[in-house]
Amino acid sequence: MEHTKIERLLEKYFQGETSIAQEKELTNYFSGSDVAQHLEQYKPLFGYFSLAKEQTISREIQLKTKKSSFAWLSIAASVVVLLGVGMYVYTSSNPVDAHEKLGTYTNPDEAFKATQKALALLSNHVNTGIGSVQYIQEYDNSKDEIFTK
Amino acid sequence: MNQNEFVQLIAPFKDKVFRLAKRLLISSEEAEDATQEILVKLWTKNEGLDRYNSVEALAMTMTKNYCLDQLKSKRASNLKIVHDNYTDREPSLQQKMEDIDSLNWVEKIINQLPEQQRLIIQLRDIEQCEFEEIAKIMNMNETAIRVALSRARKTIREFMTQTHRYGTH
Repeated sequence: MEHTKIERLLEKYFQGETSIAQEKELTNYFSGSDVAQHLEQYKPLFGYFSLAKEQTISREIQLKTKKSSFAWLSIAASVVVLLGVGMYVYTSSNPVDAHEKLGTYTNPDEAFKATQKALALLSNHVNTGIGSVQYIQEYDNSKDEIFTK
Repeated sequence: MNQNEFVQLIAPFKDKVFRLAKRLLISSEEAEDATQEILVKLWTKNEGLDRYNSVEALAMTMTKNYCLDQLKSKRASNLKIVHDNYTDREPSLQQKMEDIDSLNWVEKIINQLPEQQRLIIQLRDIEQCEFEEIAKIMNMNETAIRVALSRARKTIREFMTQTHRYGTH
C-alpha cells in the first residue's frame, strides 16, 4: 500500500514535479527501516542528501581582509618613498641656496680687488705656515756639519 | 550595521554558502576561501544590504557567480581541480562501510553533472529551496529549472541502476 504511493512519488520526483513536502516524505521513507526490496537502490541517494545538508564550514570567517592590511602597507610604503624623495630634494637643493647667498660681483674692478685681497690673505697664511717650517732647516744645517767630515 | 550584527545576519546561511561553493569547486579548502571572499564582499556592501529582500538569496547568487568565475579562470589557466578530499569517516562494520561507499558514490555521480545541474540539485534536493527561490538565484524561469532538475535526477538514477557496482566508480 505505502510502497505504491512511494513509487508514484518517485515517478513524480524524477519528473521534477514533487513539492518540498513530498520530497520530505520520500526522505523520511528511505531513512526508515522498512524500505521495499525493489526500492532499496534509492536509499543511498536520499541518505546522501540528508548527510550533505549537515556539512558545515570549519573555518572562522575573517571580516578584516588581508587586502585591507595590504592597502595600509602600501600607504605606509608610499609615505616612506615620499619622505625619501622629499629629503633628497631638500638636502640637494640647499647648497645651491648657499652659493646664491654668497652673492656675486657685478663690477669687474671690484671683483678683481676682492680676488687680490683673497689671494693676499691666502699667501699670508701660507707664509706663516712656512715660517714655522724654518726650524727644520736648522736640523739640515747640523746634519751637514756632522756628515761633511 | 556593526560587525556583530553582520555576523548574526550571516550565521543562518554561511554553511549554505559553503556547501554550494563546495558543490562547484569540490575542494573544501577552495570552498572555504570562496565563502570567506563572498562574505567579505557582502560585508563591504553593508549599508546597501537593506535594499535587498533576502540577503541570503543575494549571498547564494553571489556564490554561484563567484564559483563559476573561479572555475572559468581555472579552466583558462589549465589547472585541474584535485578531487582528493572526500570526507574521511571512521571505519566501521562491513554494512556501514558499504553504505558509506555508496554515499560517496552518490556524491561522485552528482559532482560529475554539468555545473548548472549540480547547482540545482544542491539547492533543491539538499537545501530544499522552493522553485521560486532557485529561479531567482539561477536567473532562470521555473519551468527551465524543473526540466534541468528532472534531467539531473534521471542521470543520477541511470548511474545508480545501470552500473550498480559500488566503489568501482
